[in-house]
Amino acid sequence: MNDIPGDLKFLSSHEWTRVESDGTVTIGISDHAQDLLGDIVFVELPEVGQSVDAESDAAIVESVKAASDIYSPLSGEVIEINSLLENQPEIINSSPYEEGWFYKLNPSDMDELDNLLSPEDYNNVCED
Amino acid sequence: MNKTALHESHIELGAKMINFSNWEMPISYTSFIEEHNAVRNAAGIFDVSHMAVFDFLGGNQVAFFEKIFANDIKKISQNNKAIYGALLNEEGGILDDLIIYHANSKFRLVSNCSTREQNRDWYKKHAVEFGVEVIERSDMGILAIQGPDALNKILAISEIDHQVNKLQSFGCIFDGEKLFARTGYTGEDGLELIVPNSDIKNLWDKALKLDCTPIGLGARNTLRLEAGLNLYGNDMTIDNHPYESNLGWTIDMSNENRQFIGKDALLSIDQSESKKIVGIILRDKGVLRAGYEITHGQGNGIVLSGSYSPTLQSSIGLARVDQGYQENGKVMIRNKELNIDFVSPRFLRQGKIRP
Repeated sequence: MNDIPGDLKFLSSHEWTRVESDGTVTIGISDHAQDLLGDIVFVELPEVGQSVDAESDAAIVESVKAASDIYSPLSGEVIEINSLLENQPEIINSSPYEEGWFYKLNPSDMDELDNLLSPEDYNNVCED
Repeated sequence: MNKTALHESHIELGAKMINFSNWEMPISYTSFIEEHNAVRNAAGIFDVSHMAVFDFLGGNQVAFFEKIFANDIKKISQNNKAIYGALLNEEGGILDDLIIYHANSKFRLVSNCSTREQNRDWYKKHAVEFGVEVIERSDMGILAIQGPDALNKILAISEIDHQVNKLQSFGCIFDGEKLFARTGYTGEDGLELIVPNSDIKNLWDKALKLDCTPIGLGARNTLRLEAGLNLYGNDMTIDNHPYESNLGWTIDMSNENRQFIGKDALLSIDQSESKKIVGIILRDKGVLRAGYEITHGQGNGIVLSGSYSPTLQSSIGLARVDQGYQENGKVMIRNKELNIDFVSPRFLRQGKIRP
């Protein structure tokens, strides 16, 4: 049911990352995650310039149902946050892989990519 | 896990199902907010068959309810009406909140799902001295049809007695085993139908054909929160008395001779010192959740229920706070102090934002 773009890598906790052509990485949550959360009404993003560590909490997403921590797939420095999410957090529900991205990083260790799941492996996690 | 008579219908509609007190119930069919707005703007239908239904046979039922129920059953025992109130223990702690319906000389009681066994034992224990037989109606289900268009939809369903249109709020009538009542848990007009499980599917299907939107427990929660209606287990438990739970209005002491369970304990409570349940609106970005700590100039408090209000488009909650609060206070959310307003728990009046 989920069409997962092939250029993404995942944490089993449903965050995705995409390596952009300029060497930065973009981070968001999966279609499966937005479906589990339901209507998203608030997102707390990290600050630009902040350092985040791989697999530590970097953001919080609140749906009508519950609050969830969002873990960073990679370590690095936050260079941009998606300011659209401040007033339109619901775009995470409608476009989790494109318009609903959370933040961009200057990654500090690209080897960490090897710890992440491929779309196929992530899909298997979701189906378990 | 227990299933309602409509379990297959929920699955066919693609509902997300959850375990609610060991019942497999729909939490949502599409989205909490869409379902919520359907009830505020048109009409929604809920399967709430997990709630516990009890009937009573023989004996002195009025005297029985006078003893176990903190509201006075005599307000309805001569009428076709429902009454809301609390079941208390001897210490004045709230065992449950419930509605007792009376029509055609019969009583029917609906109480919460999670308290089913406790309440059954309690009713049976206290029924003995009044010669009353307690009958748990696990063969009954409950539908709620709620919203500004609910009555129009209901009147198009031939199986429902058209007398329901003439009922006042909290009015009710029996039609054989079927009970139709102008009650609900959304703050909207509408009906609750407490009917045999064998009748449920037909009524459900007809309501869906009339464009009643199926509503899950998720939107049921945000609807009741906007209406300022307590949820047992969240906003009050056995450790709370009614005066600190916004239920003082349901405690009827007008008949001095009526000795209901918990009355002596309540009489010893200094209400001027009691905490209160108050409505809160978050004035900063974020979402209130149960357990968050509150401070105000004169004391503290805690969030009991919190969520996002689709109607107010901000986060709202119910909180139990020390007396002396003024218009605003602070709530701690993840180590940040954010601003809240204290308001009436009835965020909406007849489904609309209060002026």
